[in-house]
Amino acid sequence: MMQELSLNVLDVAENSVSAGASLIEVEVWEDPKADLLTILIRDNGCGMTEEQVRQVTDPFYTTRKTRKVGLGVPFFKLAAELTGGSFSITSEVGKGTETKAVFVRSSIDRMPLGDMAETMVSLIGCNPDIDFIYRYGFGEALFEADTREFREILGDVSLAEPQVRSFIREFITENMKATGETAVAEE
Amino acid sequence: MKSLEELKALRDQMKNKVGVREDDSNNTRVVVGMATCGIAAGARPVLAAFTNEIEKRNISNVTIAQTGCIGICQFEPVVEVYAPDGTKTTYVKMDAEKAVKVVCDHLVNGKVVTEYTIGANV
Repeated sequence: MMQELSLNVLDVAENSVSAGASLIEVEVWEDPKADLLTILIRDNGCGMTEEQVRQVTDPFYTTRKTRKVGLGVPFFKLAAELTGGSFSITSEVGKGTETKAVFVRSSIDRMPLGDMAETMVSLIGCNPDIDFIYRYGFGEALFEADTREFREILGDVSLAEPQVRSFIREFITENMKATGETAVAEE
Repeated sequence: MKSLEELKALRDQMKNKVGVREDDSNNTRVVVGMATCGIAAGARPVLAAFTNEIEKRNISNVTIAQTGCIGICQFEPVVEVYAPDGTKTTYVKMDAEKAVKVVCDHLVNGKVVTEYTIGANV
């Protein structure tokens, strides 16, 4: 098992990278009123057939050749279901895949969200040619980071540069914190 | 709070040092295993330690990349260092502290940290 949800996000988003996506969207919605935490990972990669979608939550299914188990998706599903939440994958060949995990926010079995900034930086820094959008919502407050916007500013400078990674890490951390604080202040 | 204005300033500051490219033959490549096994074992802090240390020391001839599962899950987090001449060093059971030492000894001073290599851990 992963120690925090952001590690599940990193792991499952890597599947979108392998699927050849050019745009990967990661969304985290905290809804204290409904007591839910929803995580969405959406990509425009190669997608899966109906049969693959059925098999992907099976730990003994993998497309990998190096070993016989594929635990990424089953871990994420288990983490959601343990809280009394739900899990779903919708996919279409040639269009992309959307993975959605819903957690009961106050459940004692809900892992902490963890460091989403570090997860996004790992994804962006290691895949500088893929675009990522990260959305974080807390109640009515919303924050969005879009690498297409970063890229426009950066020009020739790569998203993989360590200084750029540092900026993105702080940008996401500070804005997420502010988003949570805004939401709490409005209540 | 960090704003996109700061990213503009950073770009202007970095414009001059653009030139390190993936295909630069003098580049050393650091590759971190980021499959489920690697992530569960702690690959993310290892990756962060490499990028932070490289930034801190202003090292410019190193690129950091990721790979999937290479089949030795019990040794994760695994980091492979590809020297410009093509030789590969495989470091196993890494953590953030070990990553800093690999940057100092191996990437800066060219001395492989033998005790962290797979050869010393089987």
